[in-house]
Amino acid sequence: MEAMCSTLRNCVNKEKLCTLTRKCIFRILSVGPIPNHIAFIMDGNRRYARNYNMNEGEGHRSGFLALMSMLQYCYELGVKYVTIYAFSIDNFKRKPQEVEKVMDLMQEKIEGLLKEESFVKSYGVRVYFIGNLQLLREPVRLAAEKAMAATCKNDKAVLLICLAYTSTDEIVHAVQEACNERRAENEYLNSKEVDNDSSRVIGEKKNDMECAIQLADVEKHMYMAVAPDPDIVVRTSGETRLSNFLLWQTTYCYLYSPSALWPEISFRHLVWGVLNYQRAQPYLEKKKKQC
Amino acid sequence: MLRLVWLFIHLLAKIWYFVLTTIHTLNSYLISSGLLNKYTALDLTKLQHLAIVIESQEAYDIVRVIKLLCWLSDIGVKHICLYDMDGVLKKSKKIILEEMGSRLWHLEGDKMDLCLDPNQMTLEFISISDGKEGIAKAASFLCKRYLDVSASEEQDKTTFTEENMGKALEAVGLGGPQPNLLLVYGPVRCHLGFPAWRMRYTEIVHMGPLKSMKHGAIIKAIHKFAMVHQNYGT
Repeated sequence: MEAMCSTLRNCVNKEKLCTLTRKCIFRILSVGPIPNHIAFIMDGNRRYARNYNMNEGEGHRSGFLALMSMLQYCYELGVKYVTIYAFSIDNFKRKPQEVEKVMDLMQEKIEGLLKEESFVKSYGVRVYFIGNLQLLREPVRLAAEKAMAATCKNDKAVLLICLAYTSTDEIVHAVQEACNERRAENEYLNSKEVDNDSSRVIGEKKNDMECAIQLADVEKHMYMAVAPDPDIVVRTSGETRLSNFLLWQTTYCYLYSPSALWPEISFRHLVWGVLNYQRAQPYLEKKKKQC
Repeated sequence: MLRLVWLFIHLLAKIWYFVLTTIHTLNSYLISSGLLNKYTALDLTKLQHLAIVIESQEAYDIVRVIKLLCWLSDIGVKHICLYDMDGVLKKSKKIILEEMGSRLWHLEGDKMDLCLDPNQMTLEFISISDGKEGIAKAASFLCKRYLDVSASEEQDKTTFTEENMGKALEAVGLGGPQPNLLLVYGPVRCHLGFPAWRMRYTEIVHMGPLKSMKHGAIIKAIHKFAMVHQNYGT
């Protein structure tokens, strides 16, 4: 019994020491610019499972634990927005059993977000689900919608979960919305003109002119318009592509690709990423201002 | 005190990158000299299109840009897309094309044939206006067609697809292939607004500033690219 108690005490002390060290390092890092928004491509869960002879589901579960620590570190550091690429539209092409397992895990974890002890409560996190949610099966979609509604009053931090998302789909969606908006506006104007007994020809000419869509019209309909553009995109596994993730929003973004697989990502990777961001930040800021 | 520690950590990072750059430079020279066997035969089958992003301030250095293009031509790259944010390269297009020709004129016979044959290498020049602004143009094009169709056929709602968008971009003259590999010449690993529509699964490799470009580094990047396995989300 006594041995158990002392082990427990050691563990608690060790954890306290870790927290303290982490806080010290974050204080030092905070002397420089801290990213406002970090996005993660959580790559390598399946490779991790294969490396450790686990089944694929276990790889994703380890990945979830890594995500929880990463979110905690980010919010402790003062990063307000965190985006994660949880499931791409292209991922639906995977084996049906695998997709189903990931969806089950997703549903379980989304529902878990709303529990009392969840980090969402303790850090006051507002959750957004980003992507074409219509592609999700109903229970997952409903869980996502419920989580968004339940956290809509939180304002300390924001977590954006990209589900059934690809950047090109987001662009097409935004263009579609911009066109729909233009159509509605035109219809309204035309009906007004008819009311005013104006000639139909003028209405048609106007219609032609009012097809022009400005960049701002498209941008405001992007799913990601709820957050500022990311400052860092982290892609694990040492892969160097964005895989159709936030292509539109990463013009001035530092792309960081640590070689660790996602479940292996740790505090030191985040610190190194932020240090590199701080080295790059003056240049990126200058570029932003020039535009 | 905190600031001092912070500065010290950044100094360490600077030293680390200095050492790393030195190692990379040595490695590049070894690769260029042909001493490392594994880099002697490059597999270019996967590399159909290569994109190069250059920081606009550095893009004024036309001599280096031409040198880089000649290296790539010698390596055997067929299609290159040159990008810089401000369109410096676009403005220098004429000079680049002319200079490349005249430079090759002075090279030895076998190399001269490589670049003078128009089938050997195609060059494309783009800037930031071909990215997001291009999407807005394609959106206007799609919208016009959509409004015309819905006016004539009383159709309720048309759903756009990625294919429609791709075709619309082509119709407004802003289509183009997806580069397989994108080399970034600039201080930071960042694509600086390269057209989103053309970057889905593109491998992005940071090559450092243009002024310290190395032939061996390009060979290494292309060699590494040939080894990458992509499963496109599946």
